[in-house]
Amino acid sequence: MGGMAAPQVAPVETPDTHEVPASERQWVTIVWDDPVNLMTYVTWVFQKLFGYSRERAEQLMLDVHHKGRAVVSTGARERMEHDASQLHAYGLWATVDRS
Amino acid sequence: MFRRQAGRYVATFAVDEVRVLRKVASEVVGLLTDGFDHTDPVVGRLFPAVYPEDAAGSAEFRRYTEGDLKTAKIDQAGAILAALPDEAGGEVRLDAEAAEAWLRALNDARLAMGVRLEIKDGTDLGEELDDAVAEDPASSRVFQLSVYAYLGYLQESLLNALID
Repeated sequence: MGGMAAPQVAPVETPDTHEVPASERQWVTIVWDDPVNLMTYVTWVFQKLFGYSRERAEQLMLDVHHKGRAVVSTGARERMEHDASQLHAYGLWATVDRS
Repeated sequence: MFRRQAGRYVATFAVDEVRVLRKVASEVVGLLTDGFDHTDPVVGRLFPAVYPEDAAGSAEFRRYTEGDLKTAKIDQAGAILAALPDEAGGEVRLDAEAAEAWLRALNDARLAMGVRLEIKDGTDLGEELDDAVAEDPASSRVFQLSVYAYLGYLQESLLNALID
C-alpha cells in the first residue's frame, strides 16, 4: 500500500508528437505519493484548487495513493506550472511534464 | 480539537498545546527565513523541483515562483502564531480564511517533521513511538513523534470541521 512518496517512477512517456508543434503540445501536472499528507487533506486540496467533485477528487487521491502518482490537470505549459506552484503552496508534491 | 460554531472554527488549547504550536510554527518560519538552505531536505520537500529530469527548467521555475511561495508559507505559519492565545491556554476562533491557512501551515509543519523523523511509506507511528519510548522515554525522538502525531490529529479535526 502506498503512502505519499517521493517520485520514483520515470516520467510519463513522451507520446508520438509528429506534426504537432511543440507550443501546442499538451502538458500535465502530476501529483506524487508521499508518506505524510493525509488522504482527506489531499482530496480537499483537489476539490479546492480544481473545483473537482468529491468523487473525482477522491478517485485522484486514491490513484496517487495506490499508483504512486496521478495526472491532476492537463493544458498549456504555463497553466500547468501555475497549478504545480499552487499545489506546492498546499504542500503537495507536484511536477510538470509533457502529456 | 476543532468544531464548527456559528461560522467559526473553534478549539480550546491547553497551555502545553499552545507552546508546542508556537514552537513548530516558529520553526517553520525560521526554516523559511534565516535558516533557508536549498540543500536542506526539508526545503527540498517544501519546494519540490517541478521538472525532476530538468535541473535548468526547475531552477528557472524556482526563480519566478520561489519568492511568492516562501512568502505564502511564512504567512500561513504566521496565521497560527497570530491566532494563538498569548501565554496561557485558551480558545482559538478561526474564520474560513484563517482555518485554511492553519490547514496549510499544519501540513508544512508535518512535512518538515516527517522528513526529519524519516517517516516512510507504511511507517506505523504507534510502533515508532513504542520503539522510541523503549529506547529512551525522555528522548527528543519521543517528543518529536508525539508532536507529529498530535499535529496530524489537529489537522484532521480542522479539516473535518471545515468539510462538514
